[in-house]
Amino acid sequence: MAVRERLSGNEAVAYAIKQINPDVMPAFPITPSTEIPQYVANYIANGEIGTEFIHVESEHSAMSAAIGASAAGARTVTATSSCGMALMWEELYVAASDRLPVVLALVNRALTGPININADHSDSMGARDSGWIQIYAESNQEVYDNFLQAYPIAENAAVRLPVMICQDGFITSHGVENILLVEDEKAKEFVGEYCPEHYLLNEKEPMAVGPYAVSNYYMETKRAQREAMKNAKQVILETAEKFERMTGRKYGFFEEYRMEDAQYAVVVIGSAAGTCKAAVDKIRETTGKKAGLVKIRVFRPFPEEELAAALKGMKAIAVLDRSEMFSATSGPLGAEVRAALYGAKLEAEVVNYFYGLGGRDITVEDFERVYENLEEMAKTHVVKDMYAYIGLREGDRHGNSL
Amino acid sequence: MKDTIEIRWHGRGGQGAKTAALLLADVAFQTGKYVQGFPEYGPERMGAPITAYNRISSRPITIHSNIYFPDYVVVVDDGLLESIDVTAGLKKDGAVIVNTSRSKEEILPMLHGFEGKVFTVDARKISVSALGKNYPNSPMLAAVVAVSGVMEQEVFLKEMQASFEHKFAKKPEVIEGNMKALQLTFEAIEENSNGTDRQAVCA
Repeated sequence: MAVRERLSGNEAVAYAIKQINPDVMPAFPITPSTEIPQYVANYIANGEIGTEFIHVESEHSAMSAAIGASAAGARTVTATSSCGMALMWEELYVAASDRLPVVLALVNRALTGPININADHSDSMGARDSGWIQIYAESNQEVYDNFLQAYPIAENAAVRLPVMICQDGFITSHGVENILLVEDEKAKEFVGEYCPEHYLLNEKEPMAVGPYAVSNYYMETKRAQREAMKNAKQVILETAEKFERMTGRKYGFFEEYRMEDAQYAVVVIGSAAGTCKAAVDKIRETTGKKAGLVKIRVFRPFPEEELAAALKGMKAIAVLDRSEMFSATSGPLGAEVRAALYGAKLEAEVVNYFYGLGGRDITVEDFERVYENLEEMAKTHVVKDMYAYIGLREGDRHGNSL
Repeated sequence: MKDTIEIRWHGRGGQGAKTAALLLADVAFQTGKYVQGFPEYGPERMGAPITAYNRISSRPITIHSNIYFPDYVVVVDDGLLESIDVTAGLKKDGAVIVNTSRSKEEILPMLHGFEGKVFTVDARKISVSALGKNYPNSPMLAAVVAVSGVMEQEVFLKEMQASFEHKFAKKPEVIEGNMKALQLTFEAIEENSNGTDRQAVCA
């Protein structure tokens, strides 16, 4: 029987780490992820787990130590947010190219400029090209479930890539919600023991990790990373199936909510998806209009073909981004989704909205206006502004902005 | 009772409004409900206005936004009434509960014409008499339970006893005082909860 609990998102991740009992956790505190290493340090101090906690002097050192530990053959975890991740930047790429299955609990928070501590995806979206698998969560339940699935994906021989398990800062990290926990023994069995094939502490197989790669080798290394990322798709699905057999909770690359007969779809990542679900239910109950939602769970690798298939037949689509990339044409998810639609030769009207930057709230009513606008776009075939805002202050709105 | 009850807490950093919201989520969870308890964070410092929220429902909750149209509003510091429209969006059939030593008549003009029920609780007085110190959040927690009827008072007291025993495992001497504060608040609400739409509860 699952354990019925109420936990914050940070508590849920720390609990998953306790159940997994990884070998090493190097970490440096930064809001809103600080509680994760704090809770884990408590578990260690209480003798509940045997994890070696490394107190480092910065996030750059945290990821460097994680790389060293993982290369040595240890199952390794760390946690960070925002500027902490920015300081890891250089090392994120090293972990990925060294093919080290480090798991990073990322609590999404806006990058500084101006200073802000609230939920925003600019940290992880900025790192989307670093070679890490990225898995996002709507709720505390999902971030816990995703965390249990992280190591089986990362350590799979066909993958061997680092994984970041993302959740929205404060919204889920500091919000207490109901959650079903997997029993300790079952969680341990699901995650399994880590038996690396190659590792630095194996005296029978001396090797170098992360040496200089001249032009003659660099490109093949990048190609190998790409293959691993492609392989990850199958492994992510297999791991989700195994998880579903254990818990009954179904996961994939994305969740389709009331999409069977939908005509108007929102594509969104993270906690806002739950708010959108309430809007979809309300719209369908009060107007009968065919609203649906696709919530992206796996952003890296990007499930392009599968997503295009899910969006086939839509009259209009709104793609919501919680971070800027200043291409001056779209946000990161907007660009990916449009590319997927183009690849599949779909011709739905598409608008890309920016919402929730720096923690700006998004409500059920906001989503209702999004669907109203989609209906209007489908009717008129006019998209006044492909690159609009939700929740921007009144005087700043223009075009399609809501 | 409604399917979902939404509560908004106004307090100042350090007064325990966030803790109270999380405790309410905790005890409601113990009665089998689906719960959310979450704070709204800004620059964190003692004394700055903070907001915290609760959703309590018999069904799973997916909404992750703040609460703009609450059923109940709890004000842990009446000094906030001058700077914040605490009843903004508060439903007419809902209620606002204010921690104050002032009379209801003094408070009413600061509620921006709110037409629903108004309760005042002197949480400082209750806390000082029960605990010897001013911890206003326990009485305010009891007050919102009593006013909203979100759970039976007996069940609430039983769960809080267990919660305090856990929380104060190393300071068992404060458990009795905290329980007394809850009990005193219930009695104060009981004594004053009949009559007009706008009720005053003065301990």
